[in-house]
Parts: sequence; structure tokens; C-alpha cells
Amino acid sequence: MSKKYLGAFIVLLILGVGFYYQSQITTEDNNVKKIGFIYVGPVTDFGWTYEHDQGRKAVVNRFGENVETTYAESVSEGPDAERAITQMARDHDLIFTTSFGYMNPTSKVAKKFDKVKFEHATGYQRSDNVANYAARFYEGRHLIGLIAGGVTQTNKIGYIASFPIPEVIRGINAAYLAASSVNPTVEFKIIWVNTWFDPGKEADAAKALIDQGVDVIMQHTDSAAPMTIAQEEGVHAFGQASNMIQFGPDAQLTSIIDNWGPYYIDRVQKLIAGTWSSSDTWGGLDSGMVELADISDDVPQVIVNLVNSARDGIISGNLHPFTGPINKQDGSSWLSEGEVAQDGVLLGMDFYVEGVDGVIPN
Amino acid sequence: MDLYIAIFQGIIIASTPLVLASIGELIVEKSGVLNLGVEGMMIIGAVSSFIVTYETGSHLLGLLAAIISSGLIALIFGILTQYLLSNQVATGLALTLFGLGLASLIGQSYSGITIESFPSLEIDILKNIPIIGDLFFAFDYLVYLSVLMVIGTYLFLNKTKRGLILIATGDNHDSAHSLGYSVKKIRLLSIIYGGACAGLGGAYLSLVQTPMWVENMTAGRGWIALAIVVFAVWRPLWIFAGAYIFGGITIIQLHIQATGVNIEAQYMSMLPYVVTILVLVFISMNKNRLAVNAPNCLNKLFTSDI
Amino acid sequence: MFKLEKKANIDKSSVFMVPLSAIGCSLIFVFILFILLGKNPTLALFIIFIEPLLSVFGISELIVKSTPLIIIALGLSFGFRAGVWNIGAEGQYTIGALSGGATILAFYPMSGLWLLPVAFLVAIISGALWGMIPGILKAKFNTNEILVSLMLTYVAILFLSAMVYGPLKDPDGFNFPESRLFHDSGILPIIFHGTRAHVGFLIAIFLVVMMHFLLTRHMVGFFIKVSGESPRALLFSGKSRNQIIYLSFIICGGLAGLAGVIEVSGPIGQLVPAIPVGYGFTAIIVAFLGRLNPVGIFLAGLLLALTYIGGEAAQIKLGLPNAITGVFQGVLLFFLLAADAYTKYKISLVNIRWKI
Repeated sequence: MSKKYLGAFIVLLILGVGFYYQSQITTEDNNVKKIGFIYVGPVTDFGWTYEHDQGRKAVVNRFGENVETTYAESVSEGPDAERAITQMARDHDLIFTTSFGYMNPTSKVAKKFDKVKFEHATGYQRSDNVANYAARFYEGRHLIGLIAGGVTQTNKIGYIASFPIPEVIRGINAAYLAASSVNPTVEFKIIWVNTWFDPGKEADAAKALIDQGVDVIMQHTDSAAPMTIAQEEGVHAFGQASNMIQFGPDAQLTSIIDNWGPYYIDRVQKLIAGTWSSSDTWGGLDSGMVELADISDDVPQVIVNLVNSARDGIISGNLHPFTGPINKQDGSSWLSEGEVAQDGVLLGMDFYVEGVDGVIPN
Repeated sequence: MDLYIAIFQGIIIASTPLVLASIGELIVEKSGVLNLGVEGMMIIGAVSSFIVTYETGSHLLGLLAAIISSGLIALIFGILTQYLLSNQVATGLALTLFGLGLASLIGQSYSGITIESFPSLEIDILKNIPIIGDLFFAFDYLVYLSVLMVIGTYLFLNKTKRGLILIATGDNHDSAHSLGYSVKKIRLLSIIYGGACAGLGGAYLSLVQTPMWVENMTAGRGWIALAIVVFAVWRPLWIFAGAYIFGGITIIQLHIQATGVNIEAQYMSMLPYVVTILVLVFISMNKNRLAVNAPNCLNKLFTSDI
Repeated sequence: MFKLEKKANIDKSSVFMVPLSAIGCSLIFVFILFILLGKNPTLALFIIFIEPLLSVFGISELIVKSTPLIIIALGLSFGFRAGVWNIGAEGQYTIGALSGGATILAFYPMSGLWLLPVAFLVAIISGALWGMIPGILKAKFNTNEILVSLMLTYVAILFLSAMVYGPLKDPDGFNFPESRLFHDSGILPIIFHGTRAHVGFLIAIFLVVMMHFLLTRHMVGFFIKVSGESPRALLFSGKSRNQIIYLSFIICGGLAGLAGVIEVSGPIGQLVPAIPVGYGFTAIIVAFLGRLNPVGIFLAGLLLALTYIGGEAAQIKLGLPNAITGVFQGVLLFFLLAADAYTKYKISLVNIRWKI
């Protein structure tokens, strides 16, 4: 056999095997709904992506054989996002894109695949087949702010912040307002680490804060490193995104838990029932999207009671963490007595409230 | 005062992985080899030490695992570049890619787990000396090991015959060869040693700095270690200066922020890189200093012996 | 251990055989890896390497992903041939994307056919200037270009981040860190309707052809080669070493800048912080896998793009971890570099007789 024929033979062989597998993987039951998830980090990050994947698992547990879930992890928010979403859109029924940077790619793909449903987390573009969802983490921040203000001995609370986006600034403001309501002398020390995920740098920041006299640490970054440092140095900290109690059995006061499961189950349920429609969900403590882990015994009972009543108030709608009078950092009035912040303003928040020190970067 | 002591301690802890990785790379480069795979070797050290420590409960075995596994993947680099004469730049990059990928594969089921924190030096007499005790006798064992390794490297290179042979190999491999030294063996051993040091640096991250394992936890520190070697102009004792300046800028920047002073995080983060470039230019302008310390045969192919 | 003797003449067929056998060995390696991970190895290999080629979607995405890799690797190969080690293409790419994108945004809401060419020109020039920094330092002070270009990459990425979080932020974007979307005349035309495949790929093909011509038919190519292989020979040729260094960095930086602006005006369509995704580093593998030869780089760029796309598909379809792609690329490069030895040298085993 000459080389030419050998080459042709190999190509045919590959194609043959190819079509065999093609037929293998495309034979699927039409009643089974395929649900895809696009993650910005690895599923093992134990923070943001980990919790979304827990939500995916909750969907699998709930619907079993009726759904098939897939995911792509560590998808960069640059040019790769649109490809990964398209790849899924070709044979999926519902796709959750779980990071802000996927907003424009999601919209682009959704225009091309109008039969596929999309759900984008933490963004603001919506269309007939693109729904939005996000969590009111500031409600959780309000609660941990109360705890921080009640627990701190040094009256200094450390805050490890990632990037100056509205979500993070909102969290700082909510926590500060709550903390200063129980402890008017409280002071926030904020460090911007300019990353979502760098355990070493987050640990350094936690150490620096402790050295500056901070005895309670909050974080808006994704790794458990600050919690491990708090544990080692004997101060308190709050977990982020997931329950981080194993990283700080003594240090953790509580954690804000991102609980996506109920929302994902609800949306998949609607998809199966044929009642899915585009919506804009900003769920908080009431929907179970934001949860608190068990509160540590180190928190005085008065504070625990305060937290519980605040939680009840928020859930029943009687309490809003941003209720006037609140001034902006420069002293100008933002909300007058009894006035409640509009969602639109909260979504684009780019200012500190009065009492927070420092300047927002940029 | 306490705050300054704390800042000093913070700088030392942030810098120690850099010291460990760069002192190893210094030996490699002194022998005439440029290994750009430090990041890959570090992360392998981080993951393997964490896994072994978790499974056995012994930090010592964890460190040993880091040394062995990072030494082994450095060996791949060594065989490729020394015996199969591959390009060092490309092989080093391949090592980084491979290391990062392999580490996340084998570490998959070990995230979200903690281990006991690393033991510190507990000599009360020394520790209780005012100020001095806190400044110098309050660290974990690896900090002291890193200091000993730097001093040891200095003594080895400057005071021992083998050290001089190593330098000669890096400066002029042909004459070292003609004097009867096995250039490749010297370089291979240096590469393995460099890998082991990088592995220790990685282990410092996952055992000491933050006792946990997560993907990509080295976050570019291997590349900084490379910069520090040049920053130090290939002089061992200057590794301290390089690493502590890098670590210092990071830590001091955090403290400045915590006191409420506004700084532009992005521009501040650029500073160490810009400073390194300036130092590089400064040292290369001074031909004499460079000629004395820089290995002439860095990244050059040597084909003659076995 | 081994004894290597330089072969007098290199076998022509090895140009193909070496990359192919390296690919073969890497495939065997990942085959075993898949078994260890408990996945069906043939199915995994099929999904990664064959299936993307069986659909219009897969092929169009291959075009999108390979375009920047090929363009950057072409520039890199130019420098590598001359012994100039620019590993900061990632930074030059980022600067090109930033300056080109900023140009498009600066003229907002003006539009016209002139917009893209202007943006391209700005990107190429700024990429080349950014590349010139290590070039000048190398030529003037003999500063190590590997380290300077690498350091500048971090500076460039942080600079992009500062810009996107600051002056270039979308005024209507709720303070999120991304620019407004480019309007239509700031977007590259699509070559296949309904896909993302854009004319940037045609630019890449054009550059491959041009580079092939430059290196084989033109004196510049000759000098570039001479510079890398023996600096002394260059002294007699009249071209100075510094001229070669400048030329290498200008071409590499310019092409990386071009790749950057193609990427933002092609598949991305706005400025975001995540523009740098490692193309500048992957392009180094592409350059080596392609034997520093323009046609080889073209094929290697397609292969590497395939590993990304296929790796992603395997994640979605089989739940394979994302890390597989990196492991495969690393192993592929290992095998390639090892196989190289067989083409250039005659290898024989000898007894180890080590002694210091």
C-alpha cells in the first residue's frame, strides 16, 4: 500500500470512528432537559463558583433523571466566554452564566439561539430569553455588620475588598451602617487587594489589618485565606460565599452563604412545566438566596437577638438596610428621614456613606 | 512600635517563598541555565506538600514531598535541556504550563480542607528578649531555613571549590569542560536543586502562609522569583534585598491603605515591576558589575560532554 | 547517558515527522491520563480533536481562536530566529488591544470606514513602541530582554485594568468595569454569516504568506538568521546587531498589537479587564511547534486553538477538568523539544561516567 492510500485509510478510519461517536452522543431523550452552567473560577474554589456548583448539584438532586447538567469552569470573561456559551446553546435548554463579565456574550448568544433560555447573574441586560438574577448580599452584610459592631473590642473592623464595583461598595456601606448603629465609635479599615482570588495576597491583607488593630475581619474576595489567618491570630472573621467554619472553627462569627439552589430549582421547574419566562430576580434573605451560617457562641445574646429581629424585619419587608437619614461621605444628604434607597441607585452605587473613611479607587 | 514590628514580620512572611524560590533559581542561573519554569515547580511543591501533610499529619513529610516532587519535574527540564539540548526558554514555559495543569488535577479533591498550622520556633529565652525577640525569634522554621540557605549559598559559591567550579561552568562552559568537569552533570544537579528550592517556596504558601490548597495559589510568584534573581545581580546575599523589597512593597501598600490613605491600587501594584526594570537597567549600565556577577553562558547551548 | 552528535545534513522529512510524532506521543500520554481519570479515552480524544472539525461552529471558532495565536507567533518567530527572546508578547498584545480599543471609543459616536484602519494603525504603532522598550534597553545597555519584556507584561495588564476601571468605563454601565460596546464601524466584518469568524483570519493568512516571502526571499530574513546563529558573521554583513534587535522587537510588538486590536474589534467588541488570556505565552508554544516557520506556525496555531476548543467541549460533555488543556499543551511541548534532538543529532546511549 502506498503512502497516499495509507493516509486516506487513516482519514476514513478517523471519520468512521467520529460518526460512530457522533451518533452515540447525540442520541438523547427529548424529555430530558439539558441545563448548562458557565463558571468563572474552578469548582473547587470554595467560594463563588463552588456555591454555584452546589446549586447545580441541588438541581440534580431534585430532578434526577429528568435533567442533565453540564458545566464549564474557569471560563475567562474575555473572548472565550461567547464560544463556551454558544457551545452549550447548541444542545442545551437552559444556561446559567454566573459572572458579571458574561453579560454581553450572553446577550449576543441569546440573539442567535432564541429557543434556548439564558440566565445571567449580577448583570442588567434582559431580553425575552435572557433573565437576570442576583442576590441582595447587602442584606447579609447588614446582619454581619450588626455582629461586627457588637463583637469588636478595638472598635476597628477590617474589610478586604476586591474591586470598586457597585456590589462591593454596597456591601461596605451596608455593613458600616449596621455596625455603627450598634457601636457609634466603630471604624472601618478597608484594603483593596485588586483581585478576586489570590490567597497569598488576601492573607497578607488580613495580617496587615490585624496589625492595624482590627479584631473583626470581613472580606469581599473569594478565598478562605483571611479566615485561616483570623484563626491563627486569634481574631474573628466572617466567611464569604460559603460556610468556612472548617477554616476558622474559633474565628468564624458566621458566614454569608450564597444559596443558589432554591432559585435554580425554581427556574428549572418552570422550564420543565413550560412556564419559564424572562424575569429580573434580586433575591435576598426572604427568598433564601442569601443565608447566614450558624452564629458563633462568641456573639453576645443581645446581638444575636438583634440579628434575628433584623433578619425577621428584612424578610417581612419592615426593615431596609438603607433607610434614611443617611448622608453621603461628603456630608451631603442622600436619604431623608425614613426614606428607603431605590434599587436603581443601589445597583450603580459609587459612593461611600458618611463615616466610612478613605476614597474609592479611581 | 508594635505596629512596625508587625509590619516587619508581615514582610518576612510574605517574602520567604520568594527567597526560597529565587535562591534556587540563582544557583541554576549561576551554572549557566535559565529555567523559566519556577511557577510550575512552585505550584507542584505547594500541592504535593499539602496533600502529604494532610494525609500523614506530618509537616516534615510534606516538605520532603515538595522537595522530591518539584525536584522530579525539574529533572524533566534538566534532561530535556541538558541531554536533549532543547531550548531553555521554551522548555521552561512548558514546565510552567504542565506544572499548573498537573497541580490542579492532582489537587482536585483537596480543596476546602485545612491542616494544622506550621510550628514556630519556640525558644522562650530568645523570644522574650524585648523587641529583638519579636523581630528575629518569632517565626516558623522555614524562615530560618531560608536565611540559612541564602547564607549557605553565599558561602558555597564564594568559599568552596565546588562553588567556584559551578560559577566557572556558568561563565565559560568550554573551559570548564576542558578542565575535566562534567558541565552537564553540574548543571543537572543545579537544576534539581533549583526545583527543590522552588518546591519549598510553594510549600511555604500552602503549609505556612495560608494552610490550605487552591488552584493557582502561587498567583505569579514564580515569575517574581525570576525577577529577584536579576534584581540581586546574581549575588546570593542580595536575594534578601530583592525579596524583602518585593514583599515590603506589597505589605506596606496594604498598611497604607488600612490607614485610610488613598492610593491607586493598579499603579501601586505596577511599582515592583517598574522598579525591577529600572534596577535591571541600572545594573546592566555598569558593565563591570555585570561582568563580575552575571553568568556569561546563561541560556547558551552546551553540546560537548555527556 | 546519551551521546549526541550533530548530523551533517538534516533529513527533510523530519520537518513533518518531529511535530507529528510529538503530537502522537502527547495523545498517548493524555489517553493514559483519561483512563486514570476514569473517562472513556477514545471518546474524550474524539470530542477534543475531531468533533470540533465536524461542524461549522467548530471550524469558525477555530478560526477565531487561532487568529491571535498565529499573528503573535509570527512576530515571535522573527525574534527567536534572531536570538532575541521576547516573551512579553502578552503585554504588547494588551497594549495594542487597549490603544486600538481606546481609539475606537475616542471617536464615539462618529463612524465611518476610516475608523478601523486608524485604530489598527494606532494599535500596531503602540504595540511596537511597547515592544521597543526592552529592545532599546537591550541594544543600549545590554539589559536582559526576557525579564524586561516579562515585567512589562504585568505593567501592561495592570494599566489596562486601571483604564477600564477608570477613564474608559461605560458611562451608562452602572459603574461596572467595562467600556461601552463598539458601534458597528468599530467591529470587524464577519466572513461566514452566523458565526464569529472575522476577517482577522484573512489578515493572519496574508501575514503568513508575507512572512514566508520575507524569510525565504528577502535579505532581511537572511540577516535575521545570521544574527541568531553567529553574531560574528553579522559584523561582516554590514547590518548591526542593534538594528536586528530593534527590527525584531518592532515586528513582534507591532504584530502582537495588531492581534490585540483584532481581538477587541472582532470577537469581543468592547474593552474588558479580561482581554489578556495568555495568548502571548501560548503563541510561544505555537512558534516552536511550528518550527519558527510561517506555514508551520499557521498549522500549529490551528492545533493549539483546537486544544482549547476541544478541551472546553470535553469539559461540558464529559465533565473533564479544565486543567487537561494546560497539561496537554505542556506535554506536547516537552515531546516536541525532546523529539527535536533526534532530527538535529545522532543519539547513542553511553555509560554514565559522572565525576566532579
